[in-house]
Amino acid sequence: MSEAATHDDHHDDHHDHHPSGLMRWITTTNHKDIGTLYLLFSLTMFFIGGIMAMVIRLELFQPGLQFVDPQFFNSMTTMHALVMIFGAVMPAWTGFANWMIPIMIGAPDMALPRLNNWSFWILPFAFTLLLSTLFMPGGAPAGGWTMYPPLVLQTGAAFPFLIFAVHFMGASSIAGAINIIATVFNMRAPGMTLMKLPLFVWTWIITAFLLIASIPVLAGAVTMLLTDKFFGTAFFSAAGGGDPVMFQHIFWFFGHPEVYILILPAFGIVSAIIPTFARKPLFGYSSMVYATGAIAFLSFIVWAHHMFTVGMPLAGELFFMYTTILIAVPTGLKVFNWVATMWRSSMTFETPMLFALAFVVLFTIGGFSGLMLGVTPVDFQYHDTYFVVAHFHYVLVTGAVFALMAGAYFWLPKWTGNMYDEKLGQWHFWTSTISVNVLFFPQHFLGLAGMPRRIPDYAVQFADFNMVSSIGGFVFGLSQLLFVMVVVKCIRGGEKATDQVWEGAHGLEWTLPSPPPYHSFTVAPEPSSIEGGMR
Amino acid sequence: MTFSKIFGSRTKQAVVAAMLALPASASAEWGLNLPRGVTPFSREIYDLHMLILGICVVIGVAVFGVMFYSIVAFRKSKGAQAAQWHESTVVEMLWTVAPFLILVGMAVPATKALIMMEDVSGADMTIKVTGYQWKWHYEYIEEGVELYSTISSDSNVARRLDSGIDPNTVQNYLLDVDNRLIVPVNQKIRFLTTAGDVIHAWWVPALGWKRDAVPGFINESWALIDEIGVYRGQCAELCGKDHGFMPIVVEAVSESDYAAWIEQQKSESDQPVALNIEHN
Repeated sequence: MSEAATHDDHHDDHHDHHPSGLMRWITTTNHKDIGTLYLLFSLTMFFIGGIMAMVIRLELFQPGLQFVDPQFFNSMTTMHALVMIFGAVMPAWTGFANWMIPIMIGAPDMALPRLNNWSFWILPFAFTLLLSTLFMPGGAPAGGWTMYPPLVLQTGAAFPFLIFAVHFMGASSIAGAINIIATVFNMRAPGMTLMKLPLFVWTWIITAFLLIASIPVLAGAVTMLLTDKFFGTAFFSAAGGGDPVMFQHIFWFFGHPEVYILILPAFGIVSAIIPTFARKPLFGYSSMVYATGAIAFLSFIVWAHHMFTVGMPLAGELFFMYTTILIAVPTGLKVFNWVATMWRSSMTFETPMLFALAFVVLFTIGGFSGLMLGVTPVDFQYHDTYFVVAHFHYVLVTGAVFALMAGAYFWLPKWTGNMYDEKLGQWHFWTSTISVNVLFFPQHFLGLAGMPRRIPDYAVQFADFNMVSSIGGFVFGLSQLLFVMVVVKCIRGGEKATDQVWEGAHGLEWTLPSPPPYHSFTVAPEPSSIEGGMR
Repeated sequence: MTFSKIFGSRTKQAVVAAMLALPASASAEWGLNLPRGVTPFSREIYDLHMLILGICVVIGVAVFGVMFYSIVAFRKSKGAQAAQWHESTVVEMLWTVAPFLILVGMAVPATKALIMMEDVSGADMTIKVTGYQWKWHYEYIEEGVELYSTISSDSNVARRLDSGIDPNTVQNYLLDVDNRLIVPVNQKIRFLTTAGDVIHAWWVPALGWKRDAVPGFINESWALIDEIGVYRGQCAELCGKDHGFMPIVVEAVSESDYAAWIEQQKSESDQPVALNIEHN
């Protein structure tokens, strides 16, 4: 604590020169400003994508078409996915990385601050391109976020906008990933060895490598779509000697690592929060690191499990089944380690901990359904049904998004210098957790009972669970307004946060004042103050 | 397309109507699980599904049980003191190896089922299924009989935006067609799936599988239906605007009824235009 005070005294104003007002945010190269921009952008996209989800659930509230035509419905499912994946979850993780990684490793800022500014400011342009398609003749892209040809080639004026938006998002992600790798490998404080890194940093390095390896593959795939559409190539057209299934292979070679890009940082955050509120070191730190690496490796050799029904040789199906279910081993190890961390601990249940605990349970449920989907013969039934929709929303909403919420509550006091409203936070947690299960759990039943995904209308035997699911969806959507209230209230004021904020908190970020000085660590922290990642 | 166009003044009306519809729809079935189906393969994977689900439930109960016990027992408010141990190679090895062994136990029956699924040899007959936006075309290869199958007209009218028809009043809403696919029971039928425009997927849950219909490529699957009945399904791969409106109806009939039906089709197809005009 005394150390933190010294930092504060030494580095108050004289390093803190930056333009004010709008220009501060446009020209900023500061990791915290950019982190804030990323997080606010992500929250905005979370609500835009959320509105699309509300349109979907409204139309599915009862059988028959009441509100939108099928084409627009397909646009909503497509855009909801693109906005949530590329606009909400990925930028949110980059925002967390920007804010926390330099502080966690004892650095003054990111290694490549100007690239950092650029990687953020590409995003608003990318999403302006993407969202502008809603107002174009022919409507927004409606071929699914997976952009399978030949269907996606039937997109109207929106098509090139979709492709270039994806390119921009990819460029932004790659720049962010390079920056994070450069920062972690070059900017660590003396004494911060790799095996002392907090798990959030570890999971993010691995995520960054996944991004660098997989995003160019996506860029290649969508470029081939572009040339197929406009320049007469036939990469994906059987009539011209191409292969529509090849697109799916290329897409999922990106797409499966992408899944772990969305979830690995969540593992890191949960691994920080559970030990803090359990007041006990994380169980099995090094096995957590190795498990993350194993998951990342496996993520590159399982892609065709998204395509079991597409028609593959038996040997291919067996290979992808075995590798896919193998992912359960390192993932299971993580869950067991978290539970072991709770055993014989001393827990309290502030909002970040509640979200982290809900993450462990609900992400595991998503993991179970993932295991079921990985078993090829049964996937011939599950594939492209609401069972899949339930599965990936359990891992992405109650997985990634819940971890984001947990992280936001965990570090909001550090970011703003003020404690958030704990009562409001608890309300947000309980309304979200109950409603999200009402929303997604019945979708397992719908899928098993035979409801395909991506349909705007359904047979009447699916009516009841759809209505239940929609009610859950509306409540979940509204609950997120509570989160906005918490954030706004916390930025505006509140009880002053201490440096350590949480009683059980360990790690460099808690040695700095709340909020931290503009240039985080201008003097490297004492090597003796570096405790190692299991705390 | 603008939002005002989509959310017209009828929004409020429709929401109120939807609320009133709640009790009406309560009569619908609350299907919870996979159907067992009517083919050897569908029953095989139903058993596999129940096995894996069972394993997941047991593991889930154990893990969440320990977790909830910890949440109740190890609270600071109850004066719990945190231990400081943080690793155990033995324990960590144990919960790496044990799940691996469970997975091997699951992979064995799964491999068997998959080999069974992919063995299309010895088929008694072949049906070629071609997906189009948005209908199915069936061709009985050996018999030279073919037919198109599209959504039935009463569903097709009721499903329009603003149709004013309550789907609950339409029989087999969205799951009925003009021309059913008639097949015999107790015959190993080889299905060849392909498509004429974009990718579709042919799925009848009672048969136990779905298979993508990819333009330019032909996929093979098989089914041996052992119960007479009508089995319904839908397209399962997003194929554009009317993806939700290209149902599949398979009617499994006795072998003699099938033979009679085929004969009738053949005689009708002597007047080649009759089939399509009559049924479309």
